[in-house]
Amino acid sequence: MIKIKNLKKSFGELEVLKDMNVEVKPQEVVCVIGPSGSGKSTFLRCINRLEEPTGGSIYIEGNDITDPGNNINEMRKNLGMVFQQFNLFPHMTVLQNITTAPKRLNGKSQAEADKLGKQLLEKVGLADKADVYPDNLSGGQKQRAAIARALAMEPSIMLFDEPTSALDPEMVGDVLEVMKSLAKEGMTMIIVTHEMGFAREVADRVIFMDGGYIVEEGNPQDLFDNPQEKRTQDFLSKVL
Amino acid sequence: MITHTVTKTIKEETVIESLQIMIDALPVLLQGMWLTVLITVISLAIALVIGLVLGIFSITQNKILRGISTFYVDAIRGTPILVQILFIYFGLPAATDLSLNAFTAGIIAISINAGAYLVEIFRAGINSIDKGQMEAGRTLGFSYGETMRLIILPQAVKRMIPAIVNQFIVSIKDTSILSVIGIAELTMSGQSIYANNFRAFEILFMVGVLYFVIVYSLTLFARWLERRLDVA
Repeated sequence: MIKIKNLKKSFGELEVLKDMNVEVKPQEVVCVIGPSGSGKSTFLRCINRLEEPTGGSIYIEGNDITDPGNNINEMRKNLGMVFQQFNLFPHMTVLQNITTAPKRLNGKSQAEADKLGKQLLEKVGLADKADVYPDNLSGGQKQRAAIARALAMEPSIMLFDEPTSALDPEMVGDVLEVMKSLAKEGMTMIIVTHEMGFAREVADRVIFMDGGYIVEEGNPQDLFDNPQEKRTQDFLSKVL
Repeated sequence: MITHTVTKTIKEETVIESLQIMIDALPVLLQGMWLTVLITVISLAIALVIGLVLGIFSITQNKILRGISTFYVDAIRGTPILVQILFIYFGLPAATDLSLNAFTAGIIAISINAGAYLVEIFRAGINSIDKGQMEAGRTLGFSYGETMRLIILPQAVKRMIPAIVNQFIVSIKDTSILSVIGIAELTMSGQSIYANNFRAFEILFMVGVLYFVIVYSLTLFARWLERRLDVA
């Protein structure tokens, strides 16, 4: 479903990603962990070309997203993204945040978009917040609204960039619950996270990145309980 | 006692006479005021388009577009508006076949002058919106233009309103300089009246009052607009 070959990314002299090769199968949940500065957010942001890769190719269902001939806007519709800082649109209500894109880009009528929006709000536990502005939501509610907004484009892949890192501890659980239920429904997900407990429970595969490389990857039990690489062991001993 | 009454009567007469002169001047001054408003509205509409387009130029990755925008802003901000007006009305026809009537030249001058300051206001306003907003719009599948129009500008414009209104007020008052190229706007109308009746005090006082009326109406409108946008 996603096939990343020899992905490289430099910011000027600084080489952030050095030759990344990753494959993600349909319905697979992949968690990316690693110390800050390891390139994991940059890696995620290259997948929908928020960062322009300096080398390599990224195939999304067979189409190379790095190919200038492919319509990036069309391809992004299939790649939902959730940000650490939510990035909800403050001048729109929660429902408008969700319905604007499907209405304008997927040709949905106002009624269809509203219906879809309300279903999604129900799903993330915010049914009563449809007509509220984002400023009046708590951090956890904002992030759940942002997940609903991304889902409204009916993407087949969801990218999460440290979705709980900006949240107060008591808000984290609600957001993780929503992500768990998405995983159960079979959504293909790539999640950059510091929530090791969540990664262990939900991920089909965990990737440990450091210094722009994939140091180690495997199923969560193996990687967390029996890491092979020294750097993985060091990192896990600090965070677990 | 008697002298006192006499002075008082003379004072009263002076005031009444002054008022009479102001009232007599009003029809001509209102014509001038109308022209001032007309020039202002047309010029500022054009200036807004200049400000928006070149403001977006100034934040693109394209070096040529950025260069055009920077050059324009620096050139206009670096020269006096009086020189700009004279240059367009007298300077351009002297060097080219292009000859503009005073009204058109005046509108062009005010437009490009206000436009330069609006470019900076638009640039700062758009830049003040968090980068994550553009990223969120683009990841949903919106193009750069759509994201600008639907997500960035509605937020930016709301923040820019006080600065835009400020520039509008400056530009309204700048139109008075157009009197030097013979446009019969408010200031010029006043000058032509007191050139005949020599009552500069009364006439210029009325000219000032009428400018204040225009500017204060705009101020009230802006306050109302800000309150309305705050609700949304």
